[in-house]
Amino acid sequence: MLHFLLRRGLATAPVLLIVAVIVFLLLRMTPGDPAAAIAGDAANAQDIARIRAQLGLDASIVTQFVHWLGQVLRGDLGYSFFYRMRVTDLIGQRLEPTLSVAAVTVVLTVLIAVPLGVLAASQRGGRLDRFIMGASVLGFSVPVFVAGYVMIWLFSMQLGWLPSQGYQRIGDGVGPWLRHLALPCVTLAVMYAALIARVTRAAVSEALTEDYVRTARAKGISEWRMLLRHALANAAVPIATVIGLSVAGLIGGVVVTETIYAIPGLGQLTVDAVLSRDYPLIQGITLFFSLVYVVVNLLVDLSYLLLDPRIRY
Amino acid sequence: MAIHLSPRRVAAASLSALALCFAATASAQTVLRTVPSSDLKIVDPIWTTANITRNHGLMIYDTLFAMDEKGVIKPQMVDKYSASPDNKVWTFTLRPGLKFHDGAPVTSQDVIASLARWAKRDTLGQKMYEAMDSIAADGPNGFRMTFKQPFGVVLDALGKPNPLVPFIMPKRVADTPADKQIDEMVGSGPFTLAKEDFRPGDRVIYRKNTAYVPRKEPASGLAGGKVVYVDRVEWVMLRDPQTQTNALLNGEVDMLETVPSSGYTGMRTNDKIELVDVMPAGPFTVLYNHKVPPFNNPKALKAAMLAINQEAMLRAQVTFRDFYKPCASIYLCGSLYASDKTGFYTGKPQFEEARKLLKESGYDGKPVVLMLPGDAPALNKLPAVYGQLLKQVGFNVDVQTTDWATLVTRRAKKDLPENGGWNAFITFWGGVDASSPISYSPLTGNGDQGYFGWPVVPELEALKTKFIATADLAQRKEIATQIQQVVLEHGVLAPLGEGKAPTAVRRGTITGLLPSPAVLYWNVRKKTAP
Repeated sequence: MLHFLLRRGLATAPVLLIVAVIVFLLLRMTPGDPAAAIAGDAANAQDIARIRAQLGLDASIVTQFVHWLGQVLRGDLGYSFFYRMRVTDLIGQRLEPTLSVAAVTVVLTVLIAVPLGVLAASQRGGRLDRFIMGASVLGFSVPVFVAGYVMIWLFSMQLGWLPSQGYQRIGDGVGPWLRHLALPCVTLAVMYAALIARVTRAAVSEALTEDYVRTARAKGISEWRMLLRHALANAAVPIATVIGLSVAGLIGGVVVTETIYAIPGLGQLTVDAVLSRDYPLIQGITLFFSLVYVVVNLLVDLSYLLLDPRIRY
Repeated sequence: MAIHLSPRRVAAASLSALALCFAATASAQTVLRTVPSSDLKIVDPIWTTANITRNHGLMIYDTLFAMDEKGVIKPQMVDKYSASPDNKVWTFTLRPGLKFHDGAPVTSQDVIASLARWAKRDTLGQKMYEAMDSIAADGPNGFRMTFKQPFGVVLDALGKPNPLVPFIMPKRVADTPADKQIDEMVGSGPFTLAKEDFRPGDRVIYRKNTAYVPRKEPASGLAGGKVVYVDRVEWVMLRDPQTQTNALLNGEVDMLETVPSSGYTGMRTNDKIELVDVMPAGPFTVLYNHKVPPFNNPKALKAAMLAINQEAMLRAQVTFRDFYKPCASIYLCGSLYASDKTGFYTGKPQFEEARKLLKESGYDGKPVVLMLPGDAPALNKLPAVYGQLLKQVGFNVDVQTTDWATLVTRRAKKDLPENGGWNAFITFWGGVDASSPISYSPLTGNGDQGYFGWPVVPELEALKTKFIATADLAQRKEIATQIQQVVLEHGVLAPLGEGKAPTAVRRGTITGLLPSPAVLYWNVRKKTAP
């Protein structure tokens, strides 16, 4: 186990370095000059050149990369060109909304998807199964922005139950926090639940064909106990994998949802950074996202140990 | 009956009473929530020419002079001023009682330091300091400017509303080198901003400056008494137009500074929303690259200008007739210097003449690269229509779509289009930018030192110098008209007409918005729910 953790930890460094190099080079190859964006429309070429020099963009790419890498190795992601704030502070500022959306969405998704998937598997081929799978196709196919606008129109504009946009910090009260998260999280949960319900159904269905299920049935175990204690427990590994990937995706920035609901999260920050060519911010966010994927994957792998005692690292 | 209260109970009761008072005060706060036209990223108004940073500056800083609704420059922080008959010596006295947000009085030293920093960045400021012999304090509240040569546009410079505005900051802040951004946001304006109120990309919170002493005159444009009637203004950053509309309809925000033409129809017919005409229209212009073929050839350049059909282009871009107006003047139609002396340029297509000129120019048929900013909905239809019009004249047009960040980078390139350069692009200006020859950035004729496109027109530079020297309005109008004729004759730019976007507020809730180059938050009242 310790060996596994050490191996995975060591493997993380080259992954992050490769990501850093690729993102750094891609950004420099993409047209668009942050200095020109900072200077404003009425600025002349001399002003832009001055700002380029101040940002260090007139140095060679190698010099810029070495400088940045040195900073990163010291745990410093640099300063945003535009906001003049530490990239780490900006990410920290945007992390709470993103983590809130991710956490509430995942809880909702699991609460909806796993029971529906189990139910569909238990009635495989039946009307209920066809209905749940049909609904999941619909949930998966409707684009997030369509679902989002429909939710806003109904629950916010027509019924006036929930706010149409914005994020309330949890420190300002759990009630307002949940009210503001309700629509974006339900919108996302519809899509993720559709996916996870299908995976759950497939995994549980497969488990139901195994010998131990037949044995359990022969012993006269109740159908529900058999479904939950035996089939679902054995189908947990693929379900956990998909949930883990969903979590990483949600933290990695749900840009459309954050835009529709004006949530000041990491997705919005990424879009802003890219549009304004804020190099240090883009590089910092990308590294952070890569780290999130690595950590979430590690946690998923570790969860296998709990879910399936046969697995050993 | 005597009531015995222990010290602990008295303390608890007092705290409760205090808490209740505080809660009552907090709930009585009037908060105006508004969606600005773009995100505020840079807070130093001397660092960038971005309009949103200028607007932020107008909230927390004050200016020596300001432009009123009619375009006249009026004293703002200045109490009295005078100029010698030859426009060489200007003296100023500050209003009594001016204070910065930290409580320190505004002194002439603060003013001198602020103007010095501003003048290192602003074009007009640079010209002013080049012409200046000295600027010196005359006591704690007065200062004097002495010029080597007549300088008639001192008030235009000190009261200019377009970026970069000469905002007055404390000396310790203004002493920051002009190539370094300021860290402290302390002004003497009608609102304050604390660092913790700046949440980039989310919201910016401005609080009423209770120590601000407004001028006695009623507010007019950027001038007059800046009386604040709300306790707090929150700039809420909402990017998606539909989200903006929903938030306004739901009462989650009180106003949208600008409504894109796509949202106009829905809002006009909605009884919860009122559209207000606050900001003046601004011109769209084509800028040509004078350094590379074919527009380094005057005949080809003129042919391209004769292809322009303002009505068709504006209809495609702005859609609604009430929001656009064809106008051949380089200055904003109806503004002080607008003139109908536009020579050959009418803004209407003259294809036959254009084809003839193009043939005479010896144009070799190489593609003309017209840049189209795909992510700028306020601009991105104009290049497509202009491309078609140029084709009708005989140009081989290559409309290249990029994002705005790429366009603004690429326009600084002087290379041939096939090597990453460009031939033409279209942009938009605030009305106040285009209302005077000294504030309109693209009116340059000094080649490489000038605006993108780099035209070489010494006559234009000479006329601008002449304009700067005089304070006489009639003479200025005459020179401005001559500038217009030179600009059009040499294709420094081609006006495409004017467009604007209205401001949207919740009906019956917001009053007192002032017509001005920027949406202003003094004089604004918000009716709160009973």
